Amino acid sequence: MSLTVLKPDLQPSAPAPAPKAPAVVVKLPTPPSPFMARLAPMLRSLATNVVPPLVMTLALLLVWQILCGKPGATLPSPLTVWTEANDLITQPFFNMGSQDIGLGWRVMVSLQRVMIGFGLAAVVGVLMGCLIGQSVWAMRGLDPIFQVLRTVPPLAWLPISLAAFRDSSPSAIFVIFITSIWPIIINTAVGIRNIPQDYRNVAAVLRLNAFEFFIRIMIPSAAPYIFTGLRIGIGLAWLAIVAAEMLTGGVGIGFFIWDAWNSSRLPDIVVALLYIGLVGFILDRIVGALGNLATRGTAAS
Amino acid sequence: MQRPYLKIDHVSRSFQRGSTSTEVLKDVTLTIDKGEYVSIIGHSGCGKSTLLNMIAGLLPVSTGAILLEDREVNAPGPDRAVVFQNHSLLPWLTVYDNVKLAVDKVFSGARSKAERHDWTMHNLDLVQMSHARDRRPSEISGGMKQRVGIARALCMEPKVLLLDEPFGALDALTRAHLQDSVMQIHASLGNTVIMITHDVDEAVLLSDRIVMLSNGPSAVVGEVLDVDLARPRKRLDLVANPQYIRARESVLRFLYERHRFVEAA
Repeated sequence: MSLTVLKPDLQPSAPAPAPKAPAVVVKLPTPPSPFMARLAPMLRSLATNVVPPLVMTLALLLVWQILCGKPGATLPSPLTVWTEANDLITQPFFNMGSQDIGLGWRVMVSLQRVMIGFGLAAVVGVLMGCLIGQSVWAMRGLDPIFQVLRTVPPLAWLPISLAAFRDSSPSAIFVIFITSIWPIIINTAVGIRNIPQDYRNVAAVLRLNAFEFFIRIMIPSAAPYIFTGLRIGIGLAWLAIVAAEMLTGGVGIGFFIWDAWNSSRLPDIVVALLYIGLVGFILDRIVGALGNLATRGTAAS
Repeated sequence: MQRPYLKIDHVSRSFQRGSTSTEVLKDVTLTIDKGEYVSIIGHSGCGKSTLLNMIAGLLPVSTGAILLEDREVNAPGPDRAVVFQNHSLLPWLTVYDNVKLAVDKVFSGARSKAERHDWTMHNLDLVQMSHARDRRPSEISGGMKQRVGIARALCMEPKVLLLDEPFGALDALTRAHLQDSVMQIHASLGNTVIMITHDVDEAVLLSDRIVMLSNGPSAVVGEVLDVDLARPRKRLDLVANPQYIRARESVLRFLYERHRFVEAA
């Protein structure tokens, strides 16, 4: 019953929107503002990526402030850190004498050590890994030794290296080297062992010599594994530098923490921890990005 | 008497696994002339690929010998270029660089840089792949990869071109295209080709001779069929050709009557 009533009602209303149509067409040119069109998704992704960490950081700071803000607290609260270590936070690169320098400079000194130690570890580690991956005999002989040595904590190497080098700076570099080399060796070896037989066959048909095989096949084919090892290695190297510098002294960020502890400047330590964390994060990302750059197209076959 | 170009002389191959030894191929004897297109066909597991790998030098023979122009084959080399079943292009190199690697290696002393570049491009043209020279293997289709694989093998100017089920992983249409390309190349360059296949039509269409292997273990050469079809061969014209049908039938008869693949039954 009601359907039959509705039908005649719809009929006259249908042509009604027709005269309005031209007005809508005129309005269309407003959206094509290419700048805004590109900005909107960028802002949206920024919001999804930045807002959650920001909220969580603020929440953590708040909890920290509540826990350490009351009188008699053993650790400094965020506000105390901000007021007492203000110069360290706001001016990373001041220089007022040999021991009174900004944390940025100290990080630079530590980074230099890490670069030397880690650089050596990367070169030696990749070569050793290739040897172990390629030769069954070398693997059988060296793998057990490496598996034992890699579990030795970084600081345990320090007395031995101090005795061997009789100087703090090469000892610190050696500790970094010996800490970061194991994952590089082991990952490279796995990568070399996983080179598909097809690529070896191609190399055999082309009669590539050992050096050409190393450069043209082994390194590119194992690159994803090598970079995984390097990424773990740089993380360990950064862990080791702080420990090594605490004992060997000098200008680095690790020694700064030890020095601040001895003179009871807890807020300075908190700032230094933040620096170490951020630099470690950046180092990890840099090696990761290098790996992505170097292994483009290698993952898919 | 004229010496054979490629001679496979009483070749056997067995694989050792712990204390047990399985013989894959037994007493295979074949002679192949220069410019001949020979297919090797048989059920899977009969040792076709083993035979090809031995000719390539990738596997040593257990007994017997393989002689190419009176010289014994005992190591892989560019005079016996292989087109692998799964293309085996290096994924970190572009199409151009994959072929160039082989050109540079084989002609490093003999040709100038410009000549090597021209030769690389010439071989890519031959398989109609020069348009994709800067793409990586992951960015091109399966048929295109196989074309590049063929270009890489051809550019070495091999004495024998070895094709290991080159079209096995391709769809039927792409396969037909590539078969036509290979026929054209064989007609113009006159290569000696040995092709492994399990496709009867492909074998009859492309080859001068079809070598049929019996089922393994201890596979032997069961039968050798001469295909006397005139070249150039046209896929469509052959469908009704009585000679083609007869050749096809005798291969099918060998494979499915006399040497039925037991495990597939």
